[in-house]
Amino acid sequence: MAATAGRKSSLSWAVNISVVALVLLWIFPTLGLFVSSFRTADQISASGWWSAMLPAEQNLVARAIDPDENRVDENGRFVVRGNIFEDGVSAEISAWGVSSRAIDIYQPGDTADLGEGETMLLGPDGAYEWSGNDDQISGRGQRIFVTATTPPELTTENYSTILFSGSGQDNMTKAFFNTLTVTIPATVIPILIAAFAAYALAWMEFPGRALLIAAIVALLVVPLQLALIPLLRFHEWIGIGKGYLGVWLAHTGFGLPLAIYLLRNYMVGLPRDIIENARVDGATDFQIFVKIILPLSFPALASFAIFQFLWTYNDLLVARVFLIDATGQTTVMTAQIVELLGTRGGNWEILATAAFVSIAVPLLVFFSMQKYLVRGLLAGSVK
Amino acid sequence: MEAALLGLVTIIIGVGGCVGYFYFSNVVLDRFIYPAEGPNAGHNINRANQIRPWLFLFPAIAALGLYLAYPVFETLRLSFIDRDAGNAFVGFANYQQMMSEPKFWEAMRNNMLWLIVVPAAATAFGLLAAQLTDRISWGAVAKSLIFMPMAISFVGASVIFKLVYDARGADQNQIGVLNAVWMQFEGGAGSFLFLKLLPAFLILCFAAIVAYVGYLVVAPALRGAGGGLSKLLRVLVGVGAAWLVFISLRSVFGIFVADFPYGEPQQWLTLPFYNNFFLMIVLVWIQTGFAMVILSAALRGIPEETIEAAVIDGANPFQIFFKIKVPQIMSTIVVVWTTITLTVLKVFDIVFAMTNGQWETQVLANYMFDKLFRANDWGVASASAMVIMLLVSPILVWNVYTARKEMR
Repeated sequence: MAATAGRKSSLSWAVNISVVALVLLWIFPTLGLFVSSFRTADQISASGWWSAMLPAEQNLVARAIDPDENRVDENGRFVVRGNIFEDGVSAEISAWGVSSRAIDIYQPGDTADLGEGETMLLGPDGAYEWSGNDDQISGRGQRIFVTATTPPELTTENYSTILFSGSGQDNMTKAFFNTLTVTIPATVIPILIAAFAAYALAWMEFPGRALLIAAIVALLVVPLQLALIPLLRFHEWIGIGKGYLGVWLAHTGFGLPLAIYLLRNYMVGLPRDIIENARVDGATDFQIFVKIILPLSFPALASFAIFQFLWTYNDLLVARVFLIDATGQTTVMTAQIVELLGTRGGNWEILATAAFVSIAVPLLVFFSMQKYLVRGLLAGSVK
Repeated sequence: MEAALLGLVTIIIGVGGCVGYFYFSNVVLDRFIYPAEGPNAGHNINRANQIRPWLFLFPAIAALGLYLAYPVFETLRLSFIDRDAGNAFVGFANYQQMMSEPKFWEAMRNNMLWLIVVPAAATAFGLLAAQLTDRISWGAVAKSLIFMPMAISFVGASVIFKLVYDARGADQNQIGVLNAVWMQFEGGAGSFLFLKLLPAFLILCFAAIVAYVGYLVVAPALRGAGGGLSKLLRVLVGVGAAWLVFISLRSVFGIFVADFPYGEPQQWLTLPFYNNFFLMIVLVWIQTGFAMVILSAALRGIPEETIEAAVIDGANPFQIFFKIKVPQIMSTIVVVWTTITLTVLKVFDIVFAMTNGQWETQVLANYMFDKLFRANDWGVASASAMVIMLLVSPILVWNVYTARKEMR
């Protein structure tokens, strides 16, 4: 008995550790993007995001303050004093220099000889003392190259760039609203159409019903790729070209099979008595649908709404084909991020923040409505 | 803001229009066409009830027909005509042109790789995660975190993994996790353990599972059970399994022979052939949560008695899992597998965003997009779309078949 218990607890340890490893492996990539979006460009390129919480060694270039305004005359020698770090920054300098060719030849506390009596003294806390004659201490401030270990620092500046102050491609506000403009009608309209169709397929008797259901199951798996060319031509032909109307219609068409399938499966399971009783009491089909079926089907409606929302919000292909024209005024977030990947491939502070702005809304929806998403998945996978 | 306003107006018009259509069409039917009063009220009610389903169905049928059914046939037609030659019928010329392109065969080869690796890996990880998380107290939280990538767009996931795969010069700090880990290996015992022994072991496990499944499928045919067609299918599956086992064994050999470039940061996405796997990881990462959720529900649906009986008979946890649980959820595993297969066949965003088909990573969906918008060759684009349709159609037939069987 004791042996069995011991084995059990060691197994449970193994299970716990494996799950921790699995979960870490799964959230690690997303975490990287999240942390990177709060770091400055310098920090991102200086060290991996996993060291964001640790002090990082960085090479910085500072410049002494304007000598003409700040110099002090000390018995014929002119001196400029200051600190290369802003107030409140407690960095530790490990080496420094005054020329870009030799950035680490001096130790903190050393005095650098700049020639002809001009000197520079830099302390370990970043305080400097630059002195020389009238001619030397003038013009522009002396440059100081510093290798310093700076404490971890997170900033929300990237977010204000992406959301408010950025220009052109760097600003996601327009794309964000465009995405919502695509998403919300493309989620609501198919639900309405599908709910009526699902009711008809579940609770109304008419010839050809089984055939229609089979057709919907078949259309469930038709790849989107087949629809692109004919529908582009169709949209050109009826004169709507590329635009919101086209993308709404396309999303509606592509979302309908799953919507009808999910809702029909759910509605078929509703108790027959309620519907029969309502019929006997003289309710019309329209009334039964609106007053009984719709409220009862709320969980299924919510599941599909989440699916369709995530799918239309995250979609790239449909938007690129049916919405985004040459002017680029109607770009959506996914398309803009792909553009950014091409043009700002190395600027991780921009990329990470843009990507995180775009995935924040789906993540929010996901965590708040996970219950319905799981339920929909279980009902929607064709058995 | 303008766009937001436009969207709001459209929601109101669209939704209002839909509701209006359903409401007024019913009113018109009941009040004016077949009023439920007068001399033949009963007859009228019956007639109205025969028409009503079609009122409810009309928008859905119209949208489905126009946006899904019609395009299938139109694409088929377009694949046989040449737009530049005044829409002339050209027979199989588009297909011939497509088949003569090396890029197409590259896309086919990669798609086959995707079709094998991604569903297998996602289902296996999903099964593992489902089995493990069901046994612990904080399983719901763990599930939720593994499931989370489902909400992330393929494009977002591409950015996430581009950061993982990022490479810097050898003298700089690596900011991509993969290269940071890679730079820790220098060719010593640890490298041998983690980069040769461990992958070889994993591949051997995969080969063993494939061989076992292949044996299970082929064995009835060897005993002479079933008709000619089912025998043929079983033998085909057996040949496929044998081929996979051969490939696995060959790659195990390759791993031991290979000379890894230790100490050099790698541009993972530009290594031909292997970069495909780095792209697949993105989709596996996304789809594992889906597999886990469905399989976990299936595992919980297994009757307790079967497991208790196995425990009493002295089965160990592995035996219980592989011999009692897995066979009982086999149909769900098939569903998960086919659903992920469908996703794989349509995979576009990941390849488009990460490599755009460069460095031999082309897949069919991206090839089609390329032909459609860059080469502007609608004929070949349609032909490649039809290839995707062809690959999907066995699943389509199977789904319709099982759905009809269930309804009876």
